Order: sequence, then C-alpha cells, then structure tokens
Amino acid sequence: MSKEMTGAEMVVEALKDQGVDILFGYPGGAVLPIYDVLFHQEKVQHILVRHEQGAAHAAEGYARSSGKVGVLLVTSGPGATNTITGLTDALMDSIPLVCITGQVPTHLIGSDAFQECDTVGITRHCTKHNYLVKNVADLPRILHEAFYVASSGRPGPVVIDIPKDVQFARGIYTPPRGAQHKTYQPRLDADMDSIREAVKMMAAAKRPIFYTGGGVINSGPSASTLLRELVSLTGFPITSTLMGLGAYPGSGQNWLGMLGMHGTWEANHAMHDCDLMIAVGARFDDRITGRLDAFSPGSKKIHIDIDRSSINKNVKVDLAIVADCAHVLEALVRTWRAEAMHADKQPLDHWWAQIDEWRARKSLAFRNSGTTIKPQYAVQRLYALTRDKDVYVTTEVGQHQMWAAQHFHFDEPNRWMTSGGLGTMGYGLPAAIGTQLAHPSALVIDIAGEASILMNIQEMSTAIQYRLPVKIFILNNEYMGMVRQWQELLHGGRYSHSYSEALPDFVKLAEAFGGKGIRCSDPKLLDAAIEEMLDYDGPVIFDCLVEKSENCFPMIPSGKAHNDMLLADLSDDAGVDIGAVIDEKGKMLV
Amino acid sequence: MNAPASPPSPYSAATPNSKIESHTLSVLVDNEPGVLARVVGLFSGRGYNIESLTVAEVAHAEHRSRITIVTSGAPETIEQIHHQLERIVPVRQVTDLTLTRRSLERELAMVKVRGRGDNRNDALQLAEAFRARVVDATTESFIFELTGKPEKIDEFVDLMRPIGLVEVSRTGVAAISRGPDPI
Repeated sequence: MSKEMTGAEMVVEALKDQGVDILFGYPGGAVLPIYDVLFHQEKVQHILVRHEQGAAHAAEGYARSSGKVGVLLVTSGPGATNTITGLTDALMDSIPLVCITGQVPTHLIGSDAFQECDTVGITRHCTKHNYLVKNVADLPRILHEAFYVASSGRPGPVVIDIPKDVQFARGIYTPPRGAQHKTYQPRLDADMDSIREAVKMMAAAKRPIFYTGGGVINSGPSASTLLRELVSLTGFPITSTLMGLGAYPGSGQNWLGMLGMHGTWEANHAMHDCDLMIAVGARFDDRITGRLDAFSPGSKKIHIDIDRSSINKNVKVDLAIVADCAHVLEALVRTWRAEAMHADKQPLDHWWAQIDEWRARKSLAFRNSGTTIKPQYAVQRLYALTRDKDVYVTTEVGQHQMWAAQHFHFDEPNRWMTSGGLGTMGYGLPAAIGTQLAHPSALVIDIAGEASILMNIQEMSTAIQYRLPVKIFILNNEYMGMVRQWQELLHGGRYSHSYSEALPDFVKLAEAFGGKGIRCSDPKLLDAAIEEMLDYDGPVIFDCLVEKSENCFPMIPSGKAHNDMLLADLSDDAGVDIGAVIDEKGKMLV
Repeated sequence: MNAPASPPSPYSAATPNSKIESHTLSVLVDNEPGVLARVVGLFSGRGYNIESLTVAEVAHAEHRSRITIVTSGAPETIEQIHHQLERIVPVRQVTDLTLTRRSLERELAMVKVRGRGDNRNDALQLAEAFRARVVDATTESFIFELTGKPEKIDEFVDLMRPIGLVEVSRTGVAAISRGPDPI
C-alpha cells in the first residue's frame, strides 16, 4: 500500500516487500537513519559483519546458496570502498546483490566532506548498475528496480547510494508491482529455429560433449533438473567449469569431472577432441580454454547464454542461443522427445570407449603418505565423512580451492560457493557465514588455505555472535600454495615472499574468538579429528597441517592446449624440468 | 640506449591479421545522470578506441538521448563493443550504422583562419567551393562554418593550413539512417 514515510523507512519497507529476511551490514554516520528504522522492527534480521568486504561476500554466499538476492547495507566513504572487492567478485561470477550505501547529504556532495567518496563513480565499473538517489520521490522505484536488475537477465550486483538528507526526507512509498524496469527486459525464451537446429546438430554428433557453467546454477534448480534429463536422454558426456559444479551430479554416470587448467585428463581431452561442444551458461574463460588457437579445433560449437556479449567473445561459435538456460534446456528436452531423436549410437559408444581410456589415466591420483597428510587426502576424507550430511562448501582461493573442486563432489546445485572469476582470497569465511544463515541447520564448511583465511579472519566474530557453526578446514602448508607452485614451475623455485611467515596458532586463534580449535598432522588421526569437528556445535577452525610441497595437478600450463596437460606422475620424475614445458609466451599469461 | 623490444601480447596473438575497420555506432540511451560515463567507461575499461563521440538529447519527453560513436577495431572487436554496449542497463538500442550501409554522417566544424591580401581571397574562394559559411570576420581573419563528412572537413582544414589556419573546433560525427523508417 502506498503511504507517506521517510526515505529510511522506505528502504526497510522495500526490503520487507522484496522478501529480504537477512541483511548484512555495518553502521556508520551516513546510514544512521536506516539503522534507526531497523531498530524498530524484527522482520529483517541484520547481521553485523566485522568488515564491509565480509558483508559483500556473506551476501554472495547467501545469494549463491539460496538463489535469492543478497543484500548489504554500509555507510559512505570507507564503508562503500570496502565493498568494492565483493562487488567486483559478484560481477565476475554473476551473483545478484543489492548494496545500499549511505552518502553525505546532497548539499555536501562534491565538497570533499567527511567520509565522502564518489560511490557511483567508483562502483560504476564493478556493478551491473548503480544509482545515486537525489530525490526521495525516486527512492521506492529505484529500490524495487534494483532488485529486478540484480536478479534478472545475467545477475549481478547493484548499488543504491542514498544521501543522508534523502533518508530523512518524507515521500510516498509505493510497493513493487509489474514490470520493474521501463526498458531493461532481457529475453528468456529461445527462438524455435535455433532449438531445432541445435537438436539436429546433437543427433548428428559423433563425439559430443556438454560443457556447462555457473549460468546453469543461476538459472535456478529447474535448469539443473532439465540438464540431467537432457544428458540422460542423449547419453552425452558432460563436464563443467568451477562455477558450474553440482548442476550435474558429481556421482553421475556421464560426469567427466571439472575441466580447465586443473581439470581432469578425460574432461580436457574430450573437449579437445570432440566434434560437437554444447556450452550451457559458460563463458569460455581463459582458465577453461587454455591456448585459444588450439582450443577444440575440430568441433562445432553451440553456445547457450543469456548474455549476448559472451557469444564470440573468446571463441567463435557455430550456433548461438541467447536466452535463459532453463528455458533453452526445457525446449531442447521437449524437442528431442517430440521429434523422437536419438544419438548416433555407434560413434557415441566409440567415443565413450575413448573417454574410458582417458579416465584410466586416473589424472587426480596422487601419491599418498602414511606419515604426512596429503591435502588431496584431507579433502577426500572430509568428503567421505560428510556424505550423509546436508553439506555446503565454500572455499578461499588457491591450491586448496582446486583440490576441493577435484576431490569434493557435489550432487546438487547451490552447494558449492567459490570465487571463480575474480579469484578473491578471503571469500570463503564470510561466504560460509552467508550460506549458514540461508541454511541454518546445514553443515557449512569453508575449505581454506592458511594464507587466504587470514584475509577475512575477523568474520570469526560474526560467526560467534550469531552462533553460526561454520567449520573452517584449513589445508595448512605454510605457503601461499598456488603462488609457490607457479614460482616452482616458472621462476626457478625462487619462493619470493610466498612463505606464510609468522602464522598465528590457529587453535588458540579459534579459542580467542570463542570458537573451537583442532589441529591434526597425522593421517592416522585425521578421521577422528574431522569427526570431532563435525560433532562440535559451533564454529571450528581446523588446522590441518599438510604436505608443504604438494603441487596441484593435473595442470594445463599457461599458453598450452587442452591436450598438453601435466600430470602428477610426470612431475615426480626426477630430472623433468616443468619450467621448460612452458614457453616464454606462456610465462606472460597469468 | 635502445629499449628492449616489448614482446607482442600473448592475448592479441590469438587474433592476428584482423583488418582494422572504422564503424559508426548509434546508441539510444535513457537520458539519466552518468549514462555517458557508463558508455565512455566501457570503452576505456575494455581498451576499445573512440575516434569521435557526440551526445545530445533527442526526445525530451521520453528522456532519450542519442550517442553517436565512431570506433575502430577488428570486426570481432566491433561486434563485442556492440554487445557490451547493449549490456548497459540504460542503453535501449545499439545500431551499427556502418553495417546497415544506409546512413548519413555529418560533422560540423568551425575553422579560424588568419591572413591578409591574396591569402584572404584564396580562403574565401575555397570556402565557397566547400560551401563553408563565414560566421565571423575581422580585417585579418575569418571563421568558417562547414558541415559535411569528416573527410571533407579534413580536406578543408588541410587547404587552410598554408593560408593561415589558427584553430579548429569540430562536433564529431552525428549520424542517422536513410529512408522513412527509424533505425
């Protein structure tokens, strides 16, 4: 119902009308009117973070694990600038966020006032859209529009910058209704001609592969269901990007494992040798393609993406379908059925036989040890001991993230929260907090590295304050592991500043925050220690001391093609100089 | 001392020998604060070129502005620019006028020339040939106003140089599609 109220009241009213139950934030001078309104209500639960970056990542974890829009509220100046990394992360990974920032009163804008910054100017490049509200009459529309823009089309973060005088000003609040933006209306349905063309190409394929990404997860649970149906209808193999894990079950029959720089031998070889690639909600990122001019040279490519600019950006495709994944998958399943299509059986059997040969290389194998904990083994045990639980996993960024992606398997979408595009160290703990709030009774584990976790360790306080029993499982090798690995492979083993010097005692650190600390360095005691962590009803920091020099394999060296992978057994051969495998051009790549 | 030759970018190496083309994009936008910054920021952020850019409101009641951008790049880059522009929320429509091959492009220039005697007469005669109008005159100078395709203006400016060119102000290209229909 329309009624008169202050701008600050409109903000909270709009949050309620948009179904927001959790708000991450940190108060400050320029948002005090909104905090005052929050004080008088209980519908929107405010979660006080310890740093605004934490609020952004927590909102991302909440959004990614629930499919809803994540919301945060911060003050002007440093409050706003501290969210930049989180906003950029959400932009890269297409996570719907609404970030409300306070701003100095309109008459002070441009005067270099205390805690003033050009928030819309600074966030223009790291948001899908942003607003500076100069008139309270515009506020209700902008608030509702922000939720619409954040969650429709290719999702992304939206900033609403509200000067303090606008928060105090009175105006008429109107609830959300109907279409939410006058011109921005992304198309969801595909045209049937291209669907029929795609089905024809699929039926004719001899060596097909599905390559799926985060877009399938963003499209909602029905997209994953339809994807599974299409895979089982066609019998095609399927691989996924880091962001797409869980859309197709990790235990599924046709699953080849993750592809890309640290993907499996079978997934990357199948991508290289296929004759038809069906990309669904994936964007041919450089971590996926490796060397572009040698990327899947013999294949026709179908690209399904809601963002037109993803088409032909990195890789030229033969058939582009610009629409929502779930809509397209539904149409593909329906058309495949209606026209009684079937895959070309004999070549497909042959293709699977080839894939089985690649699988037999067991590219994720590692040499286990009876005396030190191998990081891969730690992840495997964590996975095995949590199989009967309702588990959500977040990660930080680095080797541990890749080992988690390789050895922890997901049978459902929205279970895996990781910073893929931006690669943000410090993402995992706040994201775990957001995930736990979206799923209060679930088991939420942040698989972390000892370097990454220190980037947002202050959020332990948040976990304690709200009794969020997140489990932080640190694979502690005392190195920024991925940096160390690249230095070993590319820079002659000169470990420049990648040793985690002067680490805290993580057990005592956990206790200092009011949580539980567990340390384990013996593989024989690992299972019992993990059980102890799982049995504890509260936040735990698990300091898992692992093999320090372990490298993450398989690996496609920079500038190399999919069939140019390094495997663990190669690296163990004495005398093989991996650095020599990567040419000068490759060294320049990141 | 010679600086070491910088190695070619491994990224650009993926698209060798693509011909660089110049394209005129017509971008209809909601006329709201910051929309020009969004468009310009896209070009700088993604490393695209701007050869010229003009912007003005074209439908006041509907708060609509038209931005005309002349950009250059390989055909696949131009295609990217087109679709990246479409991602901007207040962008309503993007048309590559160069691809439609049915567009008019005009630019306005004001050219200040200083000189006496024969130079003065030469300037006036050339101006007449180019259909440039005199919009300001003193005993030792003229300001010509000239409308046309950018190449025509380039040509006129080049001719004025030996006569006594002082300075030039140009609007950049405005463009529209031919025929009865809108873009």
